Amino acid sequence: MNQTRRGFMGKAFGAVAGVGAVGALYAMKRSWDPLPSVKAAGFTTIDISACAENKLIVEKWRGKPIFVLRKTAEMVAKQDEAETARDVIVDGNHYLIAIGLCTHLGCIPAYREAKTDFKCACHGGEFDSSGINTKAPPPSPLVIPPFKINGTTLVLGESGPEYTKMKEAGIVA
Amino acid sequence: MAHFEKANSLNEWLDQRLGVNTLQRVLAKEYWIPKDINFLWAMGMVLAITFGILLISGIFLLMYYQPNVDLAFDSVNYTIMQEVGFGWMWRHVHAVAASVVFLIIYIHMFTGIYYGSYKKGRELIWISGMLLFVAFSAEAFSGYMLPWGQMSYWAGMVITNLFSMGSLEFNGLVEWIRGDYVPAQAFLDRFFMLHVLLIPVAIMALIGLHFGALRLPHVNNQNGEEIDFEEEAAKYKSGNKAASKVIAFANDFMSKDMFVVAVYLVFFFYLVFWNFEFAMDPVNFDPANGLVTPAHIYPEWYFLWSYEILRPFDKNIGLIAFAFAQVIFILLPFLDRSPNTVPANRRGLFKYWFWAMLLDMIVLTAMGKLPPQGIFSTIGYVAALVFIGLWLILPIITKLEKKL
Ligand code: HEM
Ligand code: FES
Repeated sequence: MNQTRRGFMGKAFGAVAGVGAVGALYAMKRSWDPLPSVKAAGFTTIDISACAENKLIVEKWRGKPIFVLRKTAEMVAKQDEAETARDVIVDGNHYLIAIGLCTHLGCIPAYREAKTDFKCACHGGEFDSSGINTKAPPPSPLVIPPFKINGTTLVLGESGPEYTKMKEAGIVA
Repeated sequence: MAHFEKANSLNEWLDQRLGVNTLQRVLAKEYWIPKDINFLWAMGMVLAITFGILLISGIFLLMYYQPNVDLAFDSVNYTIMQEVGFGWMWRHVHAVAASVVFLIIYIHMFTGIYYGSYKKGRELIWISGMLLFVAFSAEAFSGYMLPWGQMSYWAGMVITNLFSMGSLEFNGLVEWIRGDYVPAQAFLDRFFMLHVLLIPVAIMALIGLHFGALRLPHVNNQNGEEIDFEEEAAKYKSGNKAASKVIAFANDFMSKDMFVVAVYLVFFFYLVFWNFEFAMDPVNFDPANGLVTPAHIYPEWYFLWSYEILRPFDKNIGLIAFAFAQVIFILLPFLDRSPNTVPANRRGLFKYWFWAMLLDMIVLTAMGKLPPQGIFSTIGYVAALVFIGLWLILPIITKLEKKL
C-alpha cells in the first residue's frame, strides 16, 4: 500500500467527499418528497343517498376523481358474483365506488349509460359497471379507495369494515 | 510569474492571455471538412442555431411566465399573448422551434444512419447525439407542462404514470416524481425548474461533448471514404486547394453551412408568422382540469412513433416495448456488425433495412395520431412488431453483409 502523504490526502478527500455526496443525495431526495401538507390531504365525506340511478357522479379525493354510480336493479340482477363483490351496499342500494383513473396510464374513462360501461379514450381500454377491465390495455380493475360507510355518507381515506373485507378478498385494486 | 512581452495589438494581447490563435487554429482554420458532402451535413449547424433560437425566445417568455397552478395559464394565454409587446411572437417562435427542432433531429439522425456515420471512431458522436435526443425529449415534455392547459395536465399524468413500471406498481415513485398524488403545484414548479435550468444546462454540456467527439474522427463524407487529413491539409495549405479533398471549417465551410441556415431560417419564420398552428394544440387552450380527460390524448407529433409502440399491447408488454424503442437507437453502432462505412444503398440487405425503418417510423407516427380503433389499431400493432423485428434482425443481416 502506498503510504505517501499524497496518497493519504487523496484517501482523506475521497472519504470526506463520499460522506458528503451521500448526505447531499439524501437531502436532494427528501426535497423532492411530497410535502407534509400534501400528504395530510386527508379525508373527503360524500353523501351518496341523493344519487340518481345509472348516472355517474364524479367526486374529488386527494386530487383524484372518484366515480360514484348507483346501479339499477336490472344491472344488479345481471351481474356475476365477482362484480357484486365489488359493490358498496348502502341502504340496500348497490354502488360502484372507484378511483376514476384508468389503470393503464391514468386517463379518466367516460361512462356510457346505454352500454352501462366505461370507455377510456386514451388507448381504448374498457371497464364494466363494476369497474372490472374488459378490454386491454388496462391490466386490472379500477381501484376502490379506502372508504367507511357512515349512515348514507361515505368517508374516503378511512378504512371501514366493508372496505377491509374487500381488501382481504383482494378485490380493491 | 510567467514572462509577458508588451503586446502590439489586441489580438496579440488576447493570444498571450488566452491562446486565441491556437484555439482558432484547432477549432476553425485547421479543422478540416471533406469537400464530398451535401446539404444534409448542414443539419448539425441548423440544430445548433435552432437551439440558440429556443434559448433566446425562452428568455423573453420567462420574464412574464408564472409557475403557479392558478396563474400559469393566464400568464401565457393572456399576459404573454395579449399584453406583452411582441409576446405572441416569442411564444410562436418558441413553439415552432420546439417542433421543427425534432424534424431536423430526425433528418440528422437518419442522415447519420444512411451514411454509416456512427462507426469507426464515430461511436461517441452517435452516443452523445442520442443523449441529446433524450435531453431534447425531456426538455420538450417539461416545457409542454408549463402553460398548464388540459394537454399539459393529462400528458403529465400519463407520462409520470409510466414510472409505476406496470405491474410493479411503483406508485410511491410516481408520487415522489410529482411531489403530490396528482400533478399539482409541486409538479409544475419542479418541471419549471427542469425546463429552464437543469435540462438546458445538460443540453449545452452534451452539445460540447458532441462537438468534441467530432473533432478527431472528423465528419464523414458521401462515400464513406477514409481521408488522410494530414496529407489533404498539406495540399490545401500549400495553395493547391483544387486538388485537396478538404476545406477549412472557417471561413470556407462555414459560409456554405450558413447559406443552408439562411434558407432554413426563411422557412422557419414563414412558419412562425403564417403557419404556427401546427405547433399549438387547440386542446391546450383549455385550462387544466383534473376531473375531465380530453376525448383524445395524443402527444406532439415527434413522440407519436414511440407512443404507438406503447399503445397496442398489454400494459406490461407495452411498457417493455416502449422502453426498448427509447434506448435501442443508442446501441446502433454495436448492433451494426458490418465493417462497411458506405451509404446504405451500397450495403446489400441494410439498404432495405434503412428504408423499412424510415417507412415504419412514418407509419407509426401516422397511426399514433389516429384514434385507436379498428384497422388503425391493427396497422399500428403490425408496425410496432415490425419496428422490434427490424432491430432484432439488424445484427444478423449486417453480419452477413459482404466486406467491400
Ligand atoms: C440539437 C441537438 C444536436 C446538435 C446541435 C447537433 C450538432 C451537430 C453538428 C454541428 C454536427 C457536424 C455537422 C453535421 O454533420 O451535421 C453533427 C454531426 C453529427 N451528429 Fe449531431 N447534433 C444534434 C443531435 C444529434 C442526434 C440526435 C444524433 C443522432 C443520434 C446526432 C448524430 C450525429 C452524427 C452521427 C454526426 C456525424 C455526421 C458525420 O460525421 O457525417 N446528432 N451534429
Ligand atoms: S390510459 Fe386508459 S387505456 Fe391507456
